[in-house]
Amino acid sequence: MKILTTLAKTTALAAALTMSASFVAINAWAAKTDVTLGMVLEPPHLDPTAGAAAAIDEVVYANIFEGLTRIGSKGEVLPALAESWTVSDDGKVYTFKLHTGVKFHDGSDFDANDVKFSLDRARGEKSTNAQKALFKGIASVDVVDPATVKITLSAPAGNFTFNLGWGDAVIVAPESADSNKTNPVGTGPFKFSKWAKGSSIEMVKSDNYWGKPVALSKATLRFIPDPAAAVSAMLAGDVDGFANFPAPESIPQLKADPRFKVVIGSTEGETILSINNKKAPWTDIKVRQAVAHAIDRQAIIDGAMFGLGTPIGTHFAPHHPAYKADLINTYPYDLDKAKALLAEAGFPNGFKAVIKLPPPSYARRGGEIVAAQLRKIGIELEIVPVEWAQWLDQVFKKKDFDLTIVSHTEPQDINIYARKDYYFQYSSDTFNKIMTDLNLATDQAARYKLMGDAQTLITKEAVNGYMFELAKAGVWNAKLKGMWENAPVQATDLTGVSWAE
Amino acid sequence: MLHFLLKKLIFTAITLWVASMVIFALLEIVPGDPAQLMLGINASADAVAALREQMGLDLPLPIRYGAWVGGLLQGDFGVSYTYSVPVSELIGERLWVSLPLALLALALSTVIAIPVGLYSASRRGTRTDTGIMAFTQLGIAIPNFWFALLMVYLFAIWLQWVPAGGFPGWDQGLFKGLKSLILPAIALALPQAAILSRVTRSALLDVMGEDYIRTARAKGLTARAVLWQHALRNALIPVLTILGLQFAFLLAGTIIIENVFYLPGLGRLIFQAISQRDLIVVESVVILLVATVIFINLLVDLTYALVDPRLRQGTGRNAS
Repeated sequence: MKILTTLAKTTALAAALTMSASFVAINAWAAKTDVTLGMVLEPPHLDPTAGAAAAIDEVVYANIFEGLTRIGSKGEVLPALAESWTVSDDGKVYTFKLHTGVKFHDGSDFDANDVKFSLDRARGEKSTNAQKALFKGIASVDVVDPATVKITLSAPAGNFTFNLGWGDAVIVAPESADSNKTNPVGTGPFKFSKWAKGSSIEMVKSDNYWGKPVALSKATLRFIPDPAAAVSAMLAGDVDGFANFPAPESIPQLKADPRFKVVIGSTEGETILSINNKKAPWTDIKVRQAVAHAIDRQAIIDGAMFGLGTPIGTHFAPHHPAYKADLINTYPYDLDKAKALLAEAGFPNGFKAVIKLPPPSYARRGGEIVAAQLRKIGIELEIVPVEWAQWLDQVFKKKDFDLTIVSHTEPQDINIYARKDYYFQYSSDTFNKIMTDLNLATDQAARYKLMGDAQTLITKEAVNGYMFELAKAGVWNAKLKGMWENAPVQATDLTGVSWAE
Repeated sequence: MLHFLLKKLIFTAITLWVASMVIFALLEIVPGDPAQLMLGINASADAVAALREQMGLDLPLPIRYGAWVGGLLQGDFGVSYTYSVPVSELIGERLWVSLPLALLALALSTVIAIPVGLYSASRRGTRTDTGIMAFTQLGIAIPNFWFALLMVYLFAIWLQWVPAGGFPGWDQGLFKGLKSLILPAIALALPQAAILSRVTRSALLDVMGEDYIRTARAKGLTARAVLWQHALRNALIPVLTILGLQFAFLLAGTIIIENVFYLPGLGRLIFQAISQRDLIVVESVVILLVATVIFINLLVDLTYALVDPRLRQGTGRNAS
């Protein structure tokens, strides 16, 4: 009997709880201020100054951490922790005026010393910053007063304020820098609240934010690695959206559903057929030109990406004002020309080669189509699928490859062609000269012209096969406002996101 | 019994030691530098070198092996390269998902399989038996991830009874947690139940051919009484063996189902750790799983003793 009464009590209690829970749910619906977004990859940790994984920035950039500058949704440089800045006439000294009254999430004050600490840490000898090169040009960082910091460069760098807007250049506090990997403490409008590893990360609105407060009270990022599961999660209403939807094949289905909004934007991901420029027969420009003529970009975009992507003729993002669109016609799709070039290079019957493909579908699916296209001009490709770790080891480090497909997602990264010993092994004094001039130029028109020259040169020399710019397929609840359409940096900037009434 | 236990324990220790060497050696052979992987293709060489030093990857092999095993012996699983938290903490969090999921699936599979096996054996050769066996064949043949997707479509997208995946955490309440685990548990249990019911049936049929069954029947017991009182108990040993193997499999081998339902379980932890070359996590989780499998086998061996009185009395099989 006693058991029975206990049981009855428990049931009554449970019923009461359920009812009050649904009340809360109804009230919350009236003014929904939380959002749950899906993400494909879980970040390994949350310190953007110590890792290259895009997933780190996709969680913390602009939300939790801020830099002196930040990059806006169109790729423009905006002030962030720096209210304004001036540049000396010789282009070497940048003086940043900082916002005052800014606090880190742990309550400590932000001032010029934190800026000095962060930048010195990123460029120091013990630095494990993935983009250490961004800070190479800094000669010294000096604190003028708590709200002013002076950065002296060893040479003028036209894109310095853009570089400071990268996630790798965010400002951290000396007290919390070492624990940011698991407990990120920044100055942003959201503060980190919880990380259920393998499952989700939660952040909540920061009450003492210095700038314009965000509309959301809470944001949850859930990790859904499987494309089919991502579709189910959208359809079942488990998540409110994906900034980067991983299943392009399901886009038409979601587009047709009035509950959702589908936005196709662009990214900074130049997806290229990389060629080992120092390995025979690829050393011969005729062979590379033949490949360029044999690639049918639209067929690759249609076949591998379900039509999502913009064809590119060079290593530059099409949405950038300095992009040279006409370069796409340098080597039009022309199999006869390709065969003729191969014959001139001494391969009238073609040859055999190896293409190593990392896991993303642009590479695996794209690689099969490329192999079929090159077979038409007699180049027989052996397809070798590799994991990222193997790719880094064999292709990137040991340069043991003929061809590979990879998307270069760093913003404005054409300067990799000037890098010594970079994996596709291009080296050109002319190109290096253009990059040096570009670094010294601060005038916008001059910079754009140099960027154009660089694009023209690598296209003419057919360094790599230029295929397409990765698209960003955003899918979210039709009532969600303020999500980014494009991805000029890898970020899920939630600062402007809110629910429509 | 004591002798039997002691021998088992010594074997366990040797197996674990050999396993630790194999695991460590294999992961050293696999190409891929964790530091390079973390910093990506734009990183400068000196930043990668600094990170390698920080992670202790520049130390010679025997020292790293020694440090790992030494740590293990003191119950220290090391610190994850990528997550920068103790591996034991990671495993602990994941076990809260994997263990209940495995137990739920195992319970479901047992509850379905034993009666089905029994029923089928008692109707041997009839159309019902053939029908059930054809059905179990189907259960083994259907890929469980495909079945899982069908269930998601029906129960999560169409009926919206359960979430399509994910795990909210037990702090959100027992009911919410179970709701997230029920579909994956069914998907995992189905093929296991199919196998288990076939094993139960054939074990029963084997036993039914024994002399003592004929004797029992001859002394006038009904077929049903013989099945329940004599045959089932004797058929339990192969069934227990399969159950033990299934539990180990359910704990460690659920990567695909965990992916379909994006559950933060042990399988996904290993999968993520391998692709990120988080060597210390892979090593420690794998050695833990090896230990679990060995321990479960030991446990199964001990339960034989419960089922089989000959083993309990210290004579018979355990003497060998």
